Amino acid sequence: MNTSIAPAAQAPASTSSRLAPLLQVDNLKVHFPVPNSRLPFAGKRMLHAVDGVSFEVRPGETLGIVGESGCGKSTLSRALIGLNTPTSGSISWRGREIDTQGRRDPKLSKSMQMIFQNPIASLDPRLTIERVVAEPLTTHFPGLGATEVRQRVLRILERMGLSQAHLQRYPHEFSGGQCQRIGIARALISEPELVICDEPVSALDVSIQAQIVNLLKDLQRETGLAMIFVAHDLAVVKYISHRVLVMYLGRVMEMADKHVLYGSPHHPYTRALLAAVPRPDPATQRQARAVLGGDLPSPLALPSGCVFRTRCAHADAACAQQRPALERMDDGAAVACIHPQFARAEATSA
Amino acid sequence: MSVAHHSNATPLIEVDHLAVSFTTPNGGVVEAVRDVSFKLHKGKTLGIVGESGSGKSQTALSIMGLLPPNGFVNGSARYDGRDLLGMPAAELNRIRGDRVAMIFQDPMTALNPFLTIERQMTEVLQLHRKMSRKQAFERAVQMCEAVRIADARRRIKMYPHEFSGGMLQRVMIAMALLCEPDVLIADEPTTALDVTVQAQIIELLRDLQRDLGTAIILITHDMGVVASLCDDVMVMYGGRTMEYGSAQQIFEQPTHPYTIGLLDALPHLDDDCDTPLRAIAGNPPSGGAAVPGCAFAPRCTQAQAHCGEVRPELLAFNRADETLRLRACHVPIIELQSATRVGSAV
Repeated sequence: MNTSIAPAAQAPASTSSRLAPLLQVDNLKVHFPVPNSRLPFAGKRMLHAVDGVSFEVRPGETLGIVGESGCGKSTLSRALIGLNTPTSGSISWRGREIDTQGRRDPKLSKSMQMIFQNPIASLDPRLTIERVVAEPLTTHFPGLGATEVRQRVLRILERMGLSQAHLQRYPHEFSGGQCQRIGIARALISEPELVICDEPVSALDVSIQAQIVNLLKDLQRETGLAMIFVAHDLAVVKYISHRVLVMYLGRVMEMADKHVLYGSPHHPYTRALLAAVPRPDPATQRQARAVLGGDLPSPLALPSGCVFRTRCAHADAACAQQRPALERMDDGAAVACIHPQFARAEATSA
Repeated sequence: MSVAHHSNATPLIEVDHLAVSFTTPNGGVVEAVRDVSFKLHKGKTLGIVGESGSGKSQTALSIMGLLPPNGFVNGSARYDGRDLLGMPAAELNRIRGDRVAMIFQDPMTALNPFLTIERQMTEVLQLHRKMSRKQAFERAVQMCEAVRIADARRRIKMYPHEFSGGMLQRVMIAMALLCEPDVLIADEPTTALDVTVQAQIIELLRDLQRDLGTAIILITHDMGVVASLCDDVMVMYGGRTMEYGSAQQIFEQPTHPYTIGLLDALPHLDDDCDTPLRAIAGNPPSGGAAVPGCAFAPRCTQAQAHCGEVRPELLAFNRADETLRLRACHVPIIELQSATRVGSAV
């Protein structure tokens, strides 16, 4: 269907696709038991936060994960790093399955690090910046001498645009953007191969957001780092990602190369999400847009079949019958919709 | 520096040389807003744009008389010719919530968790319109339906925690519109919401403005939202106005280095997204000590030697055929245009 992808744009994805995947996630589910408040003895209901998600991340690539609040993107990233225990499914690191139920192998946290959403809350207020940033280093490389640790801390902080004068200060003395730089320094000092970024720029101002996005892209180019970039801002995700995964109510709706996903989205939800983003251009914004109606259904009582059908303009009786599987399209996109042709017809007529 | 407007009609809201400062516990003074002036006419939308700490929210709160005890306001803010700042609280209370209403940023914390939505909505009508409980209930249900809350008659009896964020924001809008105010001050009304819900709320505000002729002051940091709703835009930085103009002028021909930087830093969904974003270097000012010169000078790529020492006046520079345009910058527009890519961005 779509063959007009620029060859240059595909280059990074195709070079990395020759490499074995770093992280492989297969049918991952994270369910939380919720007590039934109205009927105390009726047993617990299950909240399906992440409900059968599969994907892989290759060295040097960035996988963007987008979705509205409550779609399970944060739960997913926390499950990957080991902060949530998956209910079922598997996570493999370099081809070896991780024991997700027991204690994580500490070596794994050297290779896999996380950058959190709230830059100020994610730093210990009682530790100096030097100690905050040095901690992963002293944990994973206990043999390092004090001067070596200090040198490495200084080197990474300078790379983040901070200086020696900042070493002995405390987190509250920094602005949000600076705290996020410190958070990135802490994540990168153990030289991980994969960094999971959970909404790293959503708490920052536009001008600072651009600084952090550029910094992450530069660091990836320098070190060949792989990233999982979780965000709700579709434009930011487009800037930083090679491939993008769209989630809705704990499930994958669509996963594709970013140029395919943004250029010719297949899934009606992806289309609705892209249409809803306000463009900074008064001329085009004055016309009424196709607005996605309704609210997110409760994750405690998911709709049968396709979870998006309650808000989808193309839904019919068949959508309520079966849960659509992710199917591969001609242009490489994986789409979970039994009627992807409707969304495409809408695209060509628009 | 008075803002002479092109329209002769009396503006609904007229703010003149507004300044807001706060005393700190250790005896210091933080100047949050300095020398802000604007006018708002019936049925129009003014966008106030800026980053955190630019003073945009404090401007709104001071107009509504909602500053904390350590906040002090100077200058004047008039609603329909009446001075809001010197007004006794009892008189202000007759205007607030009735003629001038406000939508707060965080619907989760702005509503009282102990009262049902019905109680919080009818209170406004009973107070301002002297309606009976029953009349007020019917009107509240009607307004909830107007903001498209499904099953309003049943849901209005619920408590705030039983609603989603998008629904609560609609409740806030419905509550603000109950008395059909002349002016609606919306402080980041869509920031806490997802894009799909944000799009619904923008449509809603646009429809309500068309039907009721409400004037809106929209405070936001999101240039996309500004482009969707605003007629005029005021760009603030470090408590001061940097640039003022119609939305079209601001987006198509920004003339202030900060506005240009802000627009350039935005990731565009329609770009190929392979070139790096043009970030503004440095950090926003943290308040406190007043700088002698332009607040943006430390981060400005076009800054000249005197920018840090001499404050640029906010001056009108529009041609005769244009609506009012103001900018506060020492660098001539001609020089800016050759140094940046003004106009070519769109």
